[in-house]
Amino acid sequence: MATQQRDAAIVGIHEYPDRSVDGLTPLQIKAESAARALADAGLNWSDVDAIYDAGDGGPQGMAGLSISEYFNIKPNVIDTTSVGGSSYEFHASHAKRDIAAGKARVALLTYGSTARSQSFNIGTGGRMRGGPPSPLGNMEGSWGMTLISNYALVAHRHMHEYGTTSEQLAEIAVVTRAHAMRNPEAKRAIEELELMPAVREISVQDVIESRMIADPLRMLDSCFISDGGGAVIIASPNVARDCPHTPVWLLGAGEATKYPENGGDITHSAAAQSGPTAFGEAGVTPGEIDIAMIYDSFTITVLTILEDLGFCKKGEGGSYVEGGGLAFDKPGQPALNTDGGGLSSNHPGMRGIFLLIEAARQLRGDSTSQVPDAKLAVAHGNGGMLGARHSAATIILGRD
Amino acid sequence: MAEEKKKVEVPLPKFPEPDTEPFWDAARNHELRYQVCDDCGGIVFHPRRHCTHCTSLNLSWKTSKGEGTVYSYSVVRQNYHPAFRERIPYVIALIDLDEGFRMLSNVVGVDDPAAGVSIGQRVRVEWLDFEGASLPAFTPA
Repeated sequence: MATQQRDAAIVGIHEYPDRSVDGLTPLQIKAESAARALADAGLNWSDVDAIYDAGDGGPQGMAGLSISEYFNIKPNVIDTTSVGGSSYEFHASHAKRDIAAGKARVALLTYGSTARSQSFNIGTGGRMRGGPPSPLGNMEGSWGMTLISNYALVAHRHMHEYGTTSEQLAEIAVVTRAHAMRNPEAKRAIEELELMPAVREISVQDVIESRMIADPLRMLDSCFISDGGGAVIIASPNVARDCPHTPVWLLGAGEATKYPENGGDITHSAAAQSGPTAFGEAGVTPGEIDIAMIYDSFTITVLTILEDLGFCKKGEGGSYVEGGGLAFDKPGQPALNTDGGGLSSNHPGMRGIFLLIEAARQLRGDSTSQVPDAKLAVAHGNGGMLGARHSAATIILGRD
Repeated sequence: MAEEKKKVEVPLPKFPEPDTEPFWDAARNHELRYQVCDDCGGIVFHPRRHCTHCTSLNLSWKTSKGEGTVYSYSVVRQNYHPAFRERIPYVIALIDLDEGFRMLSNVVGVDDPAAGVSIGQRVRVEWLDFEGASLPAFTPA
């Protein structure tokens, strides 16, 4: 622990509260979230000298430049890494690196999406094959693979190799819904978006009885589509010292990618590469983690990543998630997705920023499912398709 | 097959696309092709111009026997794309061809997709002919 670096910290956060926005654009959600996160940090637009942006504000051209103008900031650093839902963990990793290198003092990360208002069928829209010819489109576009059915390929293979069951996957949805029911914003989302089976906690049986979408994944194994957004401010130690909230240090970061491979093993995700890098840099082990914010596009995503990050051995994820031990009030295992996750709080398409926001809330002591004296958190983003090409980034967070 | 030729709304490969065009040209003759590196012997799939194992640019096309094993699969029960919606439920699968490459495809020719397809199942290629392209799918061997 003596070598642990404290060279960048989250000092400001904001989660856009509504899951169904009325007439706002993604850019407006990004800007409002940025303004509120800056206010949370006691900073102003003029303090921002680094911007990290996944292009979710829409195709304006000149990625990074147009968004800077819209915000009215003049950054020294522009990073437009756009790798799906994990983009925000990549951004946090890069902000940590850039601040540590002295290239920036205050980094701004924003997200905005109106996926629900615009009725994007993200999981079940097919690979629609719009746009010009591409190698990937030509080799994967004609067989009707939906996003969820790609994740289902991982689930089936995991079941085949390790005996994982649908009931074990369901445990992840159950504990996540229990956390959502404690979060007023998530609860309102469940009510307003009429998520089945109504505004209540769910059981393993509820998940098993929900409609099969792509065998072996069911409706309640899946995140839902919402609007939403948020912002995160990451700052240098000198800036963080004067901010009103306790700094949430970025102690370690790891990034990785994975692709379909001839003869490859799809039960291992890119987390198996990004995890050890992040934990190694932070000088901590999975056993010390209090809060596990794991990208939950589907239950299988969480199970696979928990294994890959080293919370349990590969193949033992099923028994690891059994029994409700990942609940915020059960000591002995980390608390999983305490905001209610993508499964039961919000999933506007790329929810990686919410993993950072809820990890920061926990380490500030502000979560609606607060773990007493939480000191260490992991935020792991997964973007793309778990059973094919995906990006992964792991961030280890801690407080003084 | 005449009936299927009417379903032009199935998303078919688009051209010009130089990496994959030879694959689809051969597919029209019901040949399932993959690439092997002349210099290191590595198998390259999806098709490309360069070897992904060494720095060679010398790749040769080979024709697969079209026999393989189901690596994993899913039964798709919801898809808003009109061409696929009418096929529901249908099976998408990763197929490990015996020559050593893996491809995404469908398993067809089973009455009950949930019961008729399994991991490790032996399959062989079955061609689905559309106007302008033939798609390799697989059926239990």
